[in-house]
Amino acid sequence: MILVWLIGVLFLGGIIAWLSERLNPNYPRLIALITVLLDLVLMLTLLGAEPAIGGWVAAIDAPWIPRFSISFYLAADGLSVLLLLLTAFLGVIAIGSAWDEIKVRAGFFYFNLLWTLAGVLGVFTALDLFLFFFFWEVMLIPMYFIIAIWGHENKNYAAMKFFIFTQVTGMLMLVSILMLAYFHYLQNGFVSFNYHDLLTVETRGPLEMWIMLGFFIAFTTKLPSVPFHSWLPDAHSQAPTAGSVILAGILLKTGAYGLIRFAVPLFPEASKSFAPFAMTLAAISILYCAKVAFAQTDIKRLIAYTSVSHMGFVTLGVYAWNEQALQGAIMTMLAHGISAAALFMLAGGLQHRIHTRNMLDMGGFWAKVPRMAVVVLFFSIAALGMPGLGNFIGEFLALLGAFRANIPLTVISAFGLIFASVYSLWVIQKVFHGEYTNSEFDDSHLTDLTHREMVYYATMIIGLIWMGMYPQSFLALSQPVLLDLISSTEEIVNIVVQN
Amino acid sequence: MDITLADLIPLLPLLVTTGTAVVAMITIGIKRDYGLTAVITIIGLLFAALSAAYLMPNTNSQVTPLMVVDQYSLFFTVVTCATAMFIAIFSYSYLANLDDHKEEYYLLLVIATIGAIVMVSSNHFVSTILGLETLSMSLYGMVAYPVHVKKPLKFPLEASVKYLVLSAAASGILLFGIALIYAQTGTLEFASVVNVPNITEGLDDGFTITALVLVFVGIAFKLSLAPFHMWTPDVYEGAPLPATTYLATIGKAAMFVVLLRLIEASEALTFNSFILVISLVATASILAGNLLALFQRSLKRVLAYSSIAHMGYLLIAVVASYFVQGSISVEAVTIYLVAYMIMSAGAFGVATVASSSEQEFDRIEDYKGLFWRSPWLAAVFTAMLLSLAGIPLTVGFIGKFYIFFAGVEAALWILLAVLIVGSGIGLYYYLRIVYCMLLAVDVEQKFDIALGRNISSHAVLVFLLVLLIGFGVYPAPLMAMIETISTYI
Repeated sequence: MILVWLIGVLFLGGIIAWLSERLNPNYPRLIALITVLLDLVLMLTLLGAEPAIGGWVAAIDAPWIPRFSISFYLAADGLSVLLLLLTAFLGVIAIGSAWDEIKVRAGFFYFNLLWTLAGVLGVFTALDLFLFFFFWEVMLIPMYFIIAIWGHENKNYAAMKFFIFTQVTGMLMLVSILMLAYFHYLQNGFVSFNYHDLLTVETRGPLEMWIMLGFFIAFTTKLPSVPFHSWLPDAHSQAPTAGSVILAGILLKTGAYGLIRFAVPLFPEASKSFAPFAMTLAAISILYCAKVAFAQTDIKRLIAYTSVSHMGFVTLGVYAWNEQALQGAIMTMLAHGISAAALFMLAGGLQHRIHTRNMLDMGGFWAKVPRMAVVVLFFSIAALGMPGLGNFIGEFLALLGAFRANIPLTVISAFGLIFASVYSLWVIQKVFHGEYTNSEFDDSHLTDLTHREMVYYATMIIGLIWMGMYPQSFLALSQPVLLDLISSTEEIVNIVVQN
Repeated sequence: MDITLADLIPLLPLLVTTGTAVVAMITIGIKRDYGLTAVITIIGLLFAALSAAYLMPNTNSQVTPLMVVDQYSLFFTVVTCATAMFIAIFSYSYLANLDDHKEEYYLLLVIATIGAIVMVSSNHFVSTILGLETLSMSLYGMVAYPVHVKKPLKFPLEASVKYLVLSAAASGILLFGIALIYAQTGTLEFASVVNVPNITEGLDDGFTITALVLVFVGIAFKLSLAPFHMWTPDVYEGAPLPATTYLATIGKAAMFVVLLRLIEASEALTFNSFILVISLVATASILAGNLLALFQRSLKRVLAYSSIAHMGYLLIAVVASYFVQGSISVEAVTIYLVAYMIMSAGAFGVATVASSSEQEFDRIEDYKGLFWRSPWLAAVFTAMLLSLAGIPLTVGFIGKFYIFFAGVEAALWILLAVLIVGSGIGLYYYLRIVYCMLLAVDVEQKFDIALGRNISSHAVLVFLLVLLIGFGVYPAPLMAMIETISTYI
């Protein structure tokens, strides 16, 4: 029941925030903040919950569409709880980043923000594939509005591209889901969209590969991975800061979650034979997007490309499909969620201050905004994989696990860490070092971070250090889930091999 | 054959509608009163819908060889009468300032509805033709209705004549196909087509296929399926908005029900070449409709082309019905038609509420900034457009889900690929309208959206929005009902 509350509170809070704008333009942000904090507190109760059979700490299953035996089935295990917490945490951060930036039509903005978060929570907990698809699409619409209304100069193009990419690949997934449900009908005599039922469906041969590809394409578009990544730089560079935070921090993770929860366990055999291709795509993403990032002059586009590059490690880890690699993928999701969100906030903060994202116009900012410079330096170093911080744990574990699965690709992918240092430090050098030159922009608003901003960044810094120093507190939550998934897929693959 | 009173009871909705037309006509003869005529029409249609709903649970009879009154036809009678009533309500404020006799418009509307009711209850070619011509004749009048206005904004006469000529040609083709079937079987029931090859020695499938394809082409004209779609955008654009709405919703749905009954009863899909014809027409409609909609600046034309694409989507479910056991594809057609009627009526309804017979606002730019000028109207419009695009939370998604499901069960991979591509393109032009509404308001005031002016139209929009989202979030009741009625096809 608590899961319904988690989602319901956000839906309701969104409506209240929208309506409250009439009373006072400052109410929406306050109500949004309270709503998300309330959600965060509710989630913390999940941490103490005793897991039931199968490791689910909370679940609700109510009939919804009996014609297709679709049920409103939400459940959370350790993996979901980690991602739920990330969602609520970054939700708070996103509201913070929008606090001063969004002045126009604030009510509708926070409405969309909260509904996006609600959709994401639904994605992370839905175990009925119809319901999952439902939430998967529902989170798009408010995100579309966020980019299309509060975005920057080229927002229509970016929002449209974002929507069409994710919607069209989503339809491929819908076809795959329906095929699975239909196979279940052929094998068991009734249609089912239930995750546990569909796990037992036996699909063999080339058809299994096609069905799997439907899921794979939908998830890697969201992740994103080469060759479906081209929407991301546009969406990021045009979205308002809070939109970028949610997009990079949370929405991308729904793709990774989908791979771990659905794409591989539902099709263990096809995934096993597809793994070399997926890992090759991952390696290409890591290196190619790192290279492309280096060529950007728009700071937000640069960070967007680095996101694609880092998410390559997630794909790599998922398709290595062993405990270390998966733990690495999950740690990367969490740590990248925070570090990328912070970097987008900083880039957004800069844009807010000097009204440009062009790095060629920047330089020597260290003297003007020392606090900001230090914070950027911290998150850049975190993103490039400095030991002691969360990202390092994630990428290291992913590479370690992938090494056992595919040595050449892992070796190639490991170069990504070097490239990451190059572009990260290049940004620092370009923007903050050197002579302060100012020809192109009005720097009267180029002020250092305020105390409020410092509080956000401080919490994120603490989060990253915690992940880096004591990752066990996170790994322990996801470990049982991953072991379960791995053993069940291995069982199926072994049976197939024996036959 | 004698008709007893018991036979007349299933015809109650038809009789009520006919009675409404007569009463309205006499009232006009005694005293011209615009408000009174409208009220009589609306109440008459409401009673017709209610009587059909009342009869629905336990009526299943063949009334004369011409009409079958089963749960399926009664369901569509309810939907048709309700939609006609909504359109009558939209028309009231739209036509209020028309500089001409306005009362006869409602007569035409009711008579068209009689035609539609006959069509949805028909399993005989004679009743199909009777219903179709009744519907079309009235629509010619409705399309051309504002022709005497001193300064007509669009070109209703051109639209009407275009519709008349092409529609008559299509009827001719349809009749020729029917004649071929009659020449062999001597009856005009849909089911008789099955016997055509068996009756005459030496007459092979080619004859039947020719006849069926001719009939299908005639119907495809009326459904504006590509490549027979040329008239649609022009007629939609030239007609006054309520007439466009009528054409787009009831005109299409009634014809589609006939097509569905015909194809199921005549077992037309046992011929591979006929499946090929339908598949090609579906593909052409989806691609042509969606691609051509991209280049339009007029809202009516966008919706016209999008309706072409939607009819193409529906054909996929029709094709699937041959490969699938059970009634899933009939359900898919039914639920999609209902969804299509809700969202088309809603989308055109918003434009109708914004417009009047003196000035229509059908350029997309007219709706610039609507989100900030009239959030309510913009929200309805956005919901309808997202539903047309098939986004969840709306009934349009449920319809598309059914079509996907039928397509997957029938393993129609190519058609499904076309459906995905088409929907992807469709997103672009629907979102373009949504985005236009999100833009900042222009200084120039485009149209006046005073709410009090036509409160009843807004009430209809509320109702349609509730249906759209209600059935989108909790479709179980609608699905259960459609599952029951679909067994009658």
